[in-house]
Amino acid sequence: MSAALAGAAPAAVTEEERAARFEELLGEGGTVEPRDWMPDGYRRMLLRQIAQHAHSEIIGMQPEGAWLTRAPSLHRKSVLIAKVQDEAGHGLYLYSAAETLGVDRAELLDALHQGKQRYAATFNHPALTWADTGAIAWLTDGAAVINQAPLCRTSYGPYARAMLRVCQEEAFHVRQGYDMMRALCEGTPEQRQMAQDAVDRWWLPAVALMFGPPDTVAGGADERTAALGAAVSRRAMAWGIKHHTNDELRQRFVDQCVPQAERLGLTLPDPNIRWNEERGHYDFGPIDWEVYRGALGDDSACARQRLAHRTAAHEDGAWVREAAAAHAAREHARTAGDARTPETAPDAAHTTEPAT
Amino acid sequence: MPETGRTLAPPPADRAADTDRAADADLALLTLRLGDDALILGQRLCQWITRAPTIEEDLALSNIALDLVGHARALLARSGQLDGTGRSEDDLAFGRTDRAFRNALLTELPNGDFAVTVARQLAFTHYAVLLQQALADGTDRELAAFGARAAKETAFHRRHADLWTERLGLGTEESTRRMRAALEQVWPYTAELFDEDDLTDRLVAAGVLPPLAALRTAWQASVAAVLDRAGLTVPTPTWQGRGGRQGLHTEAFGPLIAEMQSVRRQFPGGTW
Repeated sequence: MSAALAGAAPAAVTEEERAARFEELLGEGGTVEPRDWMPDGYRRMLLRQIAQHAHSEIIGMQPEGAWLTRAPSLHRKSVLIAKVQDEAGHGLYLYSAAETLGVDRAELLDALHQGKQRYAATFNHPALTWADTGAIAWLTDGAAVINQAPLCRTSYGPYARAMLRVCQEEAFHVRQGYDMMRALCEGTPEQRQMAQDAVDRWWLPAVALMFGPPDTVAGGADERTAALGAAVSRRAMAWGIKHHTNDELRQRFVDQCVPQAERLGLTLPDPNIRWNEERGHYDFGPIDWEVYRGALGDDSACARQRLAHRTAAHEDGAWVREAAAAHAAREHARTAGDARTPETAPDAAHTTEPAT
Repeated sequence: MPETGRTLAPPPADRAADTDRAADADLALLTLRLGDDALILGQRLCQWITRAPTIEEDLALSNIALDLVGHARALLARSGQLDGTGRSEDDLAFGRTDRAFRNALLTELPNGDFAVTVARQLAFTHYAVLLQQALADGTDRELAAFGARAAKETAFHRRHADLWTERLGLGTEESTRRMRAALEQVWPYTAELFDEDDLTDRLVAAGVLPPLAALRTAWQASVAAVLDRAGLTVPTPTWQGRGGRQGLHTEAFGPLIAEMQSVRRQFPGGTW
């Protein structure tokens, strides 16, 4: 609980005073905790972001999970199982963080299944070969770490704490992905070709979709998208939910990946990538957001498949969850009954003589 | 038979070496059987991941699969050392054809609904804990070390299976019905785990393996206690499924192996 909000006597404090205190807390770089007062818009924005993040972890298990049974060595199989397991764990941390905002996981999952809440559209791309699992770990997890590292300092405490754990594990996934790509690049010509093909297909989804729409620079048809993005980012930054614009993080990602790709001997599929001495960054080609409208619109074949897979798992498991709930309720009633026993037999504890 | 120089009994040192080689060959076959059990069950559990009834179960099943693949790696690597071929864990997992696998049929049974998986886990984990604990007390130092480490992990898998058996057995009308059907489906395949043959006879005599009849008695008591708590009864199958230890598998096995080996076989000479 933050010091600034502790001890606020509800009756004596007006809405304006609470809002002022909230702003003051954010100004001091303080952390907002679940019982603290927060503006509705802040709560809504957080809930939307955390839920989207949690859903992305759960849906993101699918493209890689499909390769668990085909991993080409037992070492890689172990690494991939551990990674997909981590993603399930991240989903759980994040749903728990979301629950501190007054929703429960079942509602969030329903919203996902009904298409009312989104997940990262990157995962609506199909994982066509084994090398895709390496490209996903290296590029999309790499993008995720850049996106998420600043969230360890986000203003909402439960989210920041969840992100600390998530980021540690994600950073490990990126290294594993890079190592997997390295093995392929050092392998046969066919393996190198598979690695390059995977990067050709996963580069743009990672650059475009993992960081969201442009929110600083754009031109032509994307100007409106950029203006809208900028407004959302400004609000999120004012509330300390995010600390950098989408485009800043995107640049950071490109700067990180270009030398890594060079070391691997892979070509990133963007002819405009070149070092800009003046800016001290790599230039890269403008993203054609029209290309991604399909993925963002949730109406691609793969998007339907992801959601159908998730929904089928949930529906097939309904009888199991019902059984677990029924059993837990009965156990709870039984142990509650046991707990009352001493009261109904108050003398039971005194019937035996002390041992001494 | 006339005694010639060639048929004379070898000097004692060579005889000892022959005995060692024969013992190694037996251990190689045992570690292959146990390694295949872990590998194939791990492969089946991988098929659950992203399809489990809850996210917690996706996590639990992947955790168990990860342990099983770890057991398979240790056992198959050891088998390749002992059989004199120098084959690696991956050579054995990805380089053999269907008929060369020696897992018990129980481990390759399709996942079915969640109850079938729980029933399969219940039967296997109770067997595996008892076996691994016995290996830990056995005469082969490598297998003893493996058994001691693996038994601790498998005890968690057993607890997972026990808890779900209770939840499904006592949960709802539907879960009870499904769990009963699952036990009927799985139980005919449990006998093979305890089958004795020349190999197991020699390994029991060498003190590597415990007597399998005793292991079976302990297993029966162990699973019966859980089924009793879960309001379920131990099935009494009228037939038994066996053949895995001789490489005679179910029809479901071919697709499992084809899927598992597909990437590696597409890239001959690849490094991973």
